[in-house]
Amino acid sequence: MATAVQTVERENYLNANYGIKSWLLTTDHKRIAMLYLISITAMFWIGGFFAMLIRLELLTPAGDLVSSDTYNKLFTMHGIIMVFFFLIPSVPAVLGNFLIPLMVGAKDLAFPRVNLLSWYVYTIGAIFALVSMVMGGVDTGWTFYTPFSTTYSNTHVMGVALGIFITGFSSILTGLNFIITIHRMRAPGLTWRRLPLFCWSNYAAALIMVLGTPVIAITLLLVALERAFHIGVFNPALGGDPLLFQHLFWFYSHPAVYIMILPGMGVISEIITCFSRKRVFGYEFVALASIAIAVLGFLVWAHHMFVAGISVYAALVFSLLSYLVAIPSAVKVFNWTSTLYKGSIRYETPMLYAFGFIGLFTIGGLTGVFLASLGLDVHVTDTYFVVAHFHYVMVGGMVMAYMAGLHFWWPKISGRMYPEGWAKLSALLVFVGFNTTFFPQFILGYMGSPRRYHAYPPEFQVLNVLSTAGASILAVGYVLPMIYFAWSLRYGEPAPPNPWNAVGLEWMTPSPPPTHNFDETPVVTWEAYDYENQPQEEVTVGH
Amino acid sequence: MATSDIQVAEHALQHHFADMDQQRETSTFGMWMFLLTEIMFFGGLFCAYLVYRASYYNAFVEGSQKMNIWLGATNTAVLICSSLTMALGVRAAQMAKPKLMIVLLLITILFGLGFLGIKAVEYHEHWTNHEFPGPNFHFETGDPEHPATDPQHTEIYFSLYWAMTGLHALHMVIGVGLVLWIVIAGMRGAFTPHYYNPVENVGLYWHFVDLVWIYLFPLLYLISKKHGG
Amino acid sequence: MHNMQHTDESVGHVVPASLYVLIWAVLMVFTAITVFAATVELHIFNIVVALLIATIKGTLVVLFFMHLRYSPKLTMVTVVASIFFLFILFGLTMTDYLSRAWLTNQVPR
Repeated sequence: MATAVQTVERENYLNANYGIKSWLLTTDHKRIAMLYLISITAMFWIGGFFAMLIRLELLTPAGDLVSSDTYNKLFTMHGIIMVFFFLIPSVPAVLGNFLIPLMVGAKDLAFPRVNLLSWYVYTIGAIFALVSMVMGGVDTGWTFYTPFSTTYSNTHVMGVALGIFITGFSSILTGLNFIITIHRMRAPGLTWRRLPLFCWSNYAAALIMVLGTPVIAITLLLVALERAFHIGVFNPALGGDPLLFQHLFWFYSHPAVYIMILPGMGVISEIITCFSRKRVFGYEFVALASIAIAVLGFLVWAHHMFVAGISVYAALVFSLLSYLVAIPSAVKVFNWTSTLYKGSIRYETPMLYAFGFIGLFTIGGLTGVFLASLGLDVHVTDTYFVVAHFHYVMVGGMVMAYMAGLHFWWPKISGRMYPEGWAKLSALLVFVGFNTTFFPQFILGYMGSPRRYHAYPPEFQVLNVLSTAGASILAVGYVLPMIYFAWSLRYGEPAPPNPWNAVGLEWMTPSPPPTHNFDETPVVTWEAYDYENQPQEEVTVGH
Repeated sequence: MATSDIQVAEHALQHHFADMDQQRETSTFGMWMFLLTEIMFFGGLFCAYLVYRASYYNAFVEGSQKMNIWLGATNTAVLICSSLTMALGVRAAQMAKPKLMIVLLLITILFGLGFLGIKAVEYHEHWTNHEFPGPNFHFETGDPEHPATDPQHTEIYFSLYWAMTGLHALHMVIGVGLVLWIVIAGMRGAFTPHYYNPVENVGLYWHFVDLVWIYLFPLLYLISKKHGG
Repeated sequence: MHNMQHTDESVGHVVPASLYVLIWAVLMVFTAITVFAATVELHIFNIVVALLIATIKGTLVVLFFMHLRYSPKLTMVTVVASIFFLFILFGLTMTDYLSRAWLTNQVPR
C-alpha cells in the first residue's frame, strides 16, 4: 500500500505554476496535451449525445421521434464532431503531444508555441462548428456532397465548413511539429531503429496530416465560395461536376481514416510489448508497415465513389489498390499476435483494451476488404454494412486504443493509479456494449437496410432495438472511466515512475514528469523494447 | 562585432534546443514542411483546373483570350525581380549588412505592391466586363466572327481564374506583411550572421509565392495562340 | 549534443550575388521565351512547352533562390514528396475523367 505520506509534493508540470493564465499561455507540451484532453472529451460527449438521439429514433420503425430533416442533421453532426473534432486529434493531440518529446528524450516539441497555437486554432474551429450547430445545424452528411451542400441545402453549411477548415490547420500544425521533432530532436543514441513504435505510428499519421489536410481545406473553401457567390464549380446545372468535389473530398478523407487509426496502432504496439514482456515481433516490419499504410492510403480514395458515377476502369484501379492497403495492416496484426506468442502475459486493463482492439480491428479491417470488392460494394454500399464496418475500425479499433493508451499512461500523466477493478469492468462493458451495438448492423446492412434513414421496414426492428440496447451499455462503459479518472486525481494511489515495468524513456522520468522532462539529456544505448535485459519485477501497485 | 552578434544569437536560443545549429536547421525544415502543405493547398485548385481544362479545352481557350498577356508577363517579371531582391536581402543578413538587407527588403515590398497593383487593374477590367462568376456573369469573346461556344464552361474557367489568382494574391499580401515584419525587426538589430533564420524563412515563403505564379501565368494566360496575336 | 549531422553551418552557406543575378537573368529570358512561344501555333505542344519552361524556371527558383542546392538531403526529400503526392492527386483523379468516354454506351459529358 502507500508509503509514508510526503509532506512536500515534488515539483512537476502540473504544479509548477498555478492559475488559469499559466495554463492558457503555456508552451509545455504536457499541459497542452491536457488542454486537448479537456476539449476533445467535451466534443466526444457532444458527438455521443447526437448518437444517443439517433439510436433513440431507431428504436421504432416509424420516423416518430424527429422529422427526417432533423434526423439528417443528427447523423451529420454526429459524424462531423466525431471525425473532425474527436477522432482525428485524439491520440496525436493528447497522447502524442504528451509522450513524443519524452519518448525521444527531448525537453519539448520542436515548436512549442506552434503547439499552443494549434490548440487555440482547434478550439476556435470547434466553436465555429458548435455555434453553427446550435443555430440550426447542417444536414448534408459529414461528407458535404455537392450540389446539395453548395446549392440546395438551407442549413448552416458555411459555418460548419469554416469550422472544419479552421480546425484542419490545427491538424497540420500538430503533424508538422511531430515530423520535425522526430527528425531533429532525438536524443543521442536514439536511432530510427530504436524509436518506439508509438513514434513511428504518429510520424506516419503526421505525414498524412501534412499532405492531405490542405486538400480538404481548399475543397471546403471552394464549397464556401460556391455557396457565397453561386459559382458552379461543383454544380452540374452550371457546368460543374459534383464528382470532382467527391474526388477532392475523399483524397483527404480516406487518408484521414488512417490518421485516425495509425496512432491507435502505435498505442497497441507499446501495450502488447509491455504486457507480454517481449520485444515486438518484427519491429522493422511494424515500423515500415506504418509508413506503407500512410503512403498506400493516398492511393485508394475513390473506393468511396464506386457507385457515384466514376468510370468503371477507374473503379477497377481503385479496387485493386484498396486490396493492397490491407496488407500492411494485416502485417501489424500478425506481428502483434506473434509478439503475444510465448510472452509472459499480464491482464491489466490496458492489455484488455489491446486484446479488444486486435479482435475488433480485424473484423473491421476485413469487412473493409469486402467493401473493396466492386461487386460486393454495389450490394452493400450506403447500407448499414458500411456503417458497421467503419464503426468497428473507428470505435472498436481506435477508441479502444485511445482508452488503452489513456489507462496505460495515466500514471505518468497524472501521477496516480486508476482503480483497476472498475477499469476492468468498464473495459468489459465497452466490449460487450460495442459488439451488441454494431454487430447487428452488419446483418442489417447485408439485408438491405439503408444508412441515413430515420424510418425502416418493421422486420428490421429487432436488430435495431438490440443495437440501441448495446449503445446504452457502451455509454456506461465510457462514463465510468470519466468518473474514476477524475476520482483518481484526488484519491488514487500515487504512481511510481514505472508502474508497468515498461521499457522506454518516458518511464525513466518521475510520474508526473517535471516541466523540463529530463534533468540531463538521456543517452540511449539499448534497443527498443529490450525486455530480455530488463530485470523481471513484480508490479507493486494496482489491483 | 563578433562578440555582440554571438550574444544576440545566444539570447535567441530557445531552451529546448541544444544549440543554434539545431534551432536553425529545425526552423528551416519547419518552413519547408509548411510550404509542402501550401503546395497541396494550391494543388487542389490545380487539380480542378486540370480536370476542367481537359474536358472543356475550347471554353478555356476562349476565356484565356480575355487575359491581358502583357500585364501578366509584366507581373511575372515583377515577381522574379522581387525574388532576386529577396534573395540578396537574405544574403545581406548573412553578411552582417543590416542596412543593405533593409533596403533590399523594402524594394522587395515595393515589387510586391506593384504586383498587387497590376493585379488590381486586371481584376477591375474583368469585373467591368462581367467576367466574375455568379448571376451577373456574361461572357463575350469580343470577336464577332468567333462567338462564345461554351459560355457555361468558360464561367468555370473564370471561377478558377479568380479563385487561383485570388488565393495567390492573398498569399502575396501576407508575404508583404511578413517582409515588413522582418524589416522592422531588422531595424532593431535583431539579425546577425549567427541568427538570421526568420529572414531566410520569410525568403522561402516569398519564393514559394513566386513559384506558384510561375505556373499560374502560363496555365491561365498562355493557353493558346491569341486570335490576331 | 543532437542527432543529426553537424554541418558547421551556423553562418549558413553564402551564395555569391553574381549567381543570384545570373539566375534572375535566366528567369527573365525564359519568361520572354514562354510569352513568345504562346504566340506560335504548336497545337498540342503549346501546353508542353509552357509547362516545361515553367518547370525549368521553378527548378531554378527552388534550387538557388530557396537554397535547396545547399540544404540537407531531408529538404529535398520533402520537395520530392510533395510533388509525388500532388501527381497522385492529379493522376488518379484523371484516370476517372480520361476513361469515362471509353465505355461506348456511356454518354460523354
